[in-house]
Amino acid sequence: MASTDVRADRLDAELAGLDALELPVERRRSRAGRLWAATWPKLLATAIFFAAWQLLVWSGWKPDYLLPGPADVLETLFDNLDTLIPAAGTTLWRAIQGFALAIVIGTVIGALVARNRVLRAGIGSMISGIQTMPSIAWFPLAILLFKLTEGAILFVVVLGAAPSIANGLINGIDNIPPLYLRAGRVLGARGIRAFRYVILPAALPSFVGGLKQGWAFAWRSLLAGELLVLIPGQHSLGEQLDVNQQFADSAGLIATMMVIFVLGVIVDALFFGTADRFVRRRYGLIEEATPA
Amino acid sequence: MTGATAPPLAADTPGSSPVRKAGRPALVRVHEVSKVFGDQSNAVHALDKISLDVQPGEFVCILGASGCGKSTLLNLVAGLDRPSAGTIEVAGRTSLMFQEAALFPWLTARGNVELALRLDGLGRAERRARARDLLDLVNLGEFAAKRPHELSGGMRQRVALARSLAQRVDVLLMDEPFGALDAMTRDLLHDEVERLWREQELGVLFVTHNVREAVRLGDRVAMLSSRPGRVIAQFPVELARPRRIDSPEVATLAATITDQLRAEVARHGEH
Repeated sequence: MASTDVRADRLDAELAGLDALELPVERRRSRAGRLWAATWPKLLATAIFFAAWQLLVWSGWKPDYLLPGPADVLETLFDNLDTLIPAAGTTLWRAIQGFALAIVIGTVIGALVARNRVLRAGIGSMISGIQTMPSIAWFPLAILLFKLTEGAILFVVVLGAAPSIANGLINGIDNIPPLYLRAGRVLGARGIRAFRYVILPAALPSFVGGLKQGWAFAWRSLLAGELLVLIPGQHSLGEQLDVNQQFADSAGLIATMMVIFVLGVIVDALFFGTADRFVRRRYGLIEEATPA
Repeated sequence: MTGATAPPLAADTPGSSPVRKAGRPALVRVHEVSKVFGDQSNAVHALDKISLDVQPGEFVCILGASGCGKSTLLNLVAGLDRPSAGTIEVAGRTSLMFQEAALFPWLTARGNVELALRLDGLGRAERRARARDLLDLVNLGEFAAKRPHELSGGMRQRVALARSLAQRVDVLLMDEPFGALDAMTRDLLHDEVERLWREQELGVLFVTHNVREAVRLGDRVAMLSSRPGRVIAQFPVELARPRRIDSPEVATLAATITDQLRAEVARHGEH
């Protein structure tokens, strides 16, 4: 028996040694270093954009009152903050409601289509069709159905975002490596438990990608809607664009557009970009460390 | 289960003499099993009336060239697929391991083991404790919090081994589990699997195309023909354990088996 123990101990030592040799070496930069590496190209790009804009103004292509320079616009932006902030609040709140609804609807439809052959044959291709439909084309119908209410706006936001979310889930489920499904069956995961413990988590990276794309569609549909569906007493960013145009206030108009752009980018980059990277890192889809 | 013996296995082939432990019912009993894929016009006979037993505590290696239906056989025994004809009896629980570890990348090593326990209905505290024990068993206790992509191929296979053991298996089905590993890692994992097989008193059905690996591990090596798959020969391996894959005894027996395997492969080039 003693010789078996010695052999077992040696095996343990050998395995531990091999593990230590084979483990990838961590090579991660500090948090500040990574932040700077991600930030400076953006700062540079912004600076180049503002410089080009200023040059265009100086060239005298259009008169100042039609195309104001960055300095004038930023000044107007700060002057208008007291109207822009509540307007942005209204718009963001609508975006959250519409997007939340789109997540629920898109996820349910995506899950059903991915798992049901008849549904897939019936409406699978229609989902992509709806996605290609310009959201602005829905508004006449939405206004007839819902009058000039938030309902009309939300209707179009959901139609814009839900197909992307459904498609993200469908693609995610379609692209699950068959090996995972087999491994799940070996472990006894069938039916709803297979869905909960194998299929949904395996589809998550693609689903997050669908959410990111869905957000872009939702934001675009929303602003189009706010321009068309003016609801008295509710000041939104889209309505603000309309007001700026009515008053031929170019500086105010560009300032409002900057707010729309920045909000869209912040939500996309900070929220969905972070979620996307987080999921990919956890799933080992990002090359982060190299084998020794 | 009266201890009736299975039909003789390819008794016409020299060298075949199934090892039997008298008085104990077989753990796995594959009887005259056929598997046909596709419809009548272009049917593929993956397995043709194959019969094979695994006794309790027995390590059986299945050896064959490409297209012998090795993986099909394991799928059938694992219950992932149904035979076209014949019967399969398994007196206990099975788990199937693949060439790739097939760990879920969204779970840590511990999470993968715990999922098997969760699907088996264990409570949270029990899962924690069992998973820790199982990872310790494969010498990976300190890597419990790592994700699969942070582990080496050999480590992933050991986590998969722990995950299979978490299913309280009686029969471990292994489908070329070490085929993708380097020789050094494979050598160590042979020792590891042999140790677990002995300690846990498992029956093992181990598919490989590596003759030496089969001789290194098996109590018995069953050779399958290709298209359709049949057991054409069985070789008892009576070498003392622990064996070394590079020992002369293993090499000698492996050479004998390889010669037959080559003859079987050559048969397919004749028409």
